Amino acid sequence: MTPTVQKAEVVLRLDGITKRFGGLVANDAICLTLHRGEVVALLGENGAGKTTLMNILFGHYVADAGTVWVRGAALPPGHPRAALRAGVGMVHQHFTLADNLTVLENIRLGTQPLLSLGGAAKARAKVDQLSRDFGLAVHPDARVGSLSVGERQRVEILKALYRDAQILILDEPTAVLTPQESDALFATLKQATARGLSVIFISHKLHEVMAAADRCVVLRHGRVVGEVATAATSRAELAALMMGEALAETQVAPGVAGAVRLALDAVSSPGLRGVSLHLRGGLITGLAGVSGNGQAALADLIGGAVLPTAGVIACDGAAVTQWSARAALAAGVGRIPEDRHKTGTVADFTLAENTALETYASRFARAGVMNWAAVRAHALSVIRDYDVRCEGPDQRIRLLSGGNMQKLILGRVMEEQPGILIANQPVRGLDVGAIAYVHSRLVAARDAGAAVLLISEDLDELERLSDVIHVISAGRLSRPFDRGALSRAEIGLLMAGQGFDHAA
Amino acid sequence: MRLEPIAHPSLARQLGLPVAAIMATVVVAGGLAALAGANPFAVLGQIITGAVGSKFAALETLNRATPLIFTGLAVAVAFRAKLWNIGAEAQLYAGSIVAVLLGTGALGGPLVLPVSAVAAMLAGAALLLVPVVLKVRLGVDEVVTTLLVNFIMALFVSYLLEGPMKDPMGMGWPKSAALLKEARLPRIIDGLRLHWGFGLALIAALTVWLIQTRTTLGFEMRAVGQNIRAARFAGMPVNAVLVKTALLSGGLAALAGWSEVAGLKGHLSLDLSPGFGYTGIIVAMLALLHPLGVVVSALFVAGIFVGSDAMSRAAGVPTYIADMLLATALLFMVLAILLTRFRVVRG
Repeated sequence: MTPTVQKAEVVLRLDGITKRFGGLVANDAICLTLHRGEVVALLGENGAGKTTLMNILFGHYVADAGTVWVRGAALPPGHPRAALRAGVGMVHQHFTLADNLTVLENIRLGTQPLLSLGGAAKARAKVDQLSRDFGLAVHPDARVGSLSVGERQRVEILKALYRDAQILILDEPTAVLTPQESDALFATLKQATARGLSVIFISHKLHEVMAAADRCVVLRHGRVVGEVATAATSRAELAALMMGEALAETQVAPGVAGAVRLALDAVSSPGLRGVSLHLRGGLITGLAGVSGNGQAALADLIGGAVLPTAGVIACDGAAVTQWSARAALAAGVGRIPEDRHKTGTVADFTLAENTALETYASRFARAGVMNWAAVRAHALSVIRDYDVRCEGPDQRIRLLSGGNMQKLILGRVMEEQPGILIANQPVRGLDVGAIAYVHSRLVAARDAGAAVLLISEDLDELERLSDVIHVISAGRLSRPFDRGALSRAEIGLLMAGQGFDHAA
Repeated sequence: MRLEPIAHPSLARQLGLPVAAIMATVVVAGGLAALAGANPFAVLGQIITGAVGSKFAALETLNRATPLIFTGLAVAVAFRAKLWNIGAEAQLYAGSIVAVLLGTGALGGPLVLPVSAVAAMLAGAALLLVPVVLKVRLGVDEVVTTLLVNFIMALFVSYLLEGPMKDPMGMGWPKSAALLKEARLPRIIDGLRLHWGFGLALIAALTVWLIQTRTTLGFEMRAVGQNIRAARFAGMPVNAVLVKTALLSGGLAALAGWSEVAGLKGHLSLDLSPGFGYTGIIVAMLALLHPLGVVVSALFVAGIFVGSDAMSRAAGVPTYIADMLLATALLFMVLAILLTRFRVVRG
């Protein structure tokens, strides 16, 4: 903690906040102070109590005990407007903007009538001033629907500042951003705190916390387990605090290359341009790239969701003719989808039904009649073997946490012993423990001889796990590189679309 | 105010709320009767006696429930797969036309009933197939198309009954010739006015329930309805599932019209259905789209209709009270269902 921070005025103090849901203590006597001009990271695994704490601060929940003080005055519990009026602004992970309105209209929305005379000019002047002061460049007349995700986030921050927020709470702000956009956000935060804004930054990404925060409060099981200045700590220490045990970041031993299981030869499809790719058994092939450059198109193609418009797909040396999700499954392609809620599971189905989504016809039915006893037994074994924390196979999957849902999907896929495994962002949004688990399962599948394609936006993850890395940019694929063969800067250039050989 | 999901609704909540909904409906009904200048308690009593108070009344209720079970099942099957079939009324008439076409002399012998039943189902299925193929291929909204087909069908039936299918012995009334004796559904018990259409409706409900819970098609229908993207990702033949759903739904709705003609009326006329196709939507919603629940809710809805008719004659309260009762029952039931799953939280 720097001396200046220590001297600064305390703008927000949470004092002994306790909140119980039935038998579960979500927040246990949590104390937290935020000084003027400071960035405090609130770090914790999913379910550690971060969101509950912020909901109490915002009056969405009423705490069982404890008080929220904003600049010396206690906030009345249970009044969301009180927090807003006291100058606390929140930027949610999922934005709350109207796509068909302009930036300026969105910012004014809810504070003053859009048709008021003269109000627009005054608002425009204020927004211009704010975006200059805080380095939040957005065109005020642009339609929000046409903005990138990073720009939308800037609009959200501007909206909070427009309402004279002195304290800004960012809920997992980088979850939807590209690395470049994240860096831009951190630069903005630096500028904003220099002007006296105070920030609480909720995250479970350690490197961001280290980069952006002055101080770090770690929650575990609803309790504050550590409070450290980021200058005086390390990622390993923070991870240990979050997990409750020292987490060794080990390099994964390289795999043993086997035969080519899946080959794409100059394949094009909507979003892909002449992609050639060999997936070898026994190897993890990493796919690096900025989100939206064709990763989804490639996963859809290999998973059978779309058909190639040109080129040849070959499975175990034989060119495939009829390609579909069913054909891909039959050819031994296992698929861990990018979005486990929208495509991976049916929320109102039970765990058992969800484990049978892909194999109900091939494995659990005879003459069109389902064998539910077999489905249930299978689900029980998946729940046991993949450590899915749940009430049992008859529970609806919507009640599971992201990590447990992912474990169930993992089990569903792995139990088919896929020869080819497509893992698209398999650890997005998971906590540290679940990430380690998913990674270990991917490596185990590789060691069992599967050809694994790991799609990720996290270079750390790719470099730790992959034997071979491709970079994808604007639908084109780079040639493969062995792990460690390229520097970060070189990969970055490829991600930006430079240095693709024309043969690729 | 916000809604907070309840992970495990208590049994008291699951049973108490629907009972409360029925009680609230009764209170509203009493209020309406009082507004109409009648004694609320007497009116309620007369509705109940009118529906189940005598053997005749109870059989009348079962007869009235028969087409509602079929249309309720048709809607429940389709809605479960998020296929919004609003056209059960048209499919019903398609079935009734087939019953007349095959039952007035075109076919004879013992096979006429099963053949005409199957043909009626095919006609209803074909009628729904067109909007569904338009939906699957071109993305045309089936709510609009199936709804509009109802009006086309109503005019078509009117044309048939004024023209080619008009009974020459009908004294000029727009109705078809009467069905031959072997084309009529027999009564379940001699002397009692209840035909085998009711038995068939119960069998249909059981069959639909078995399809939905025990077969791969049922699993696919439910998955497509709950999350079409996940179903597609998992490799389910989504379009084929929608088409099969349409065939089943259209066929069930057609059986409603077929059994009304073959079991009850013996001929086709313009007033064959007082909106059974539309009421089927209420029946299915009240049953939470559960095929066995459809039987219960169809009996409930039929009872209200039959009871209100009787009450109206005795107490002079208009029969429109039946429609209002159903509407309030549906509203309260939907609210009760919402409150079983969610808790209202202040702030």
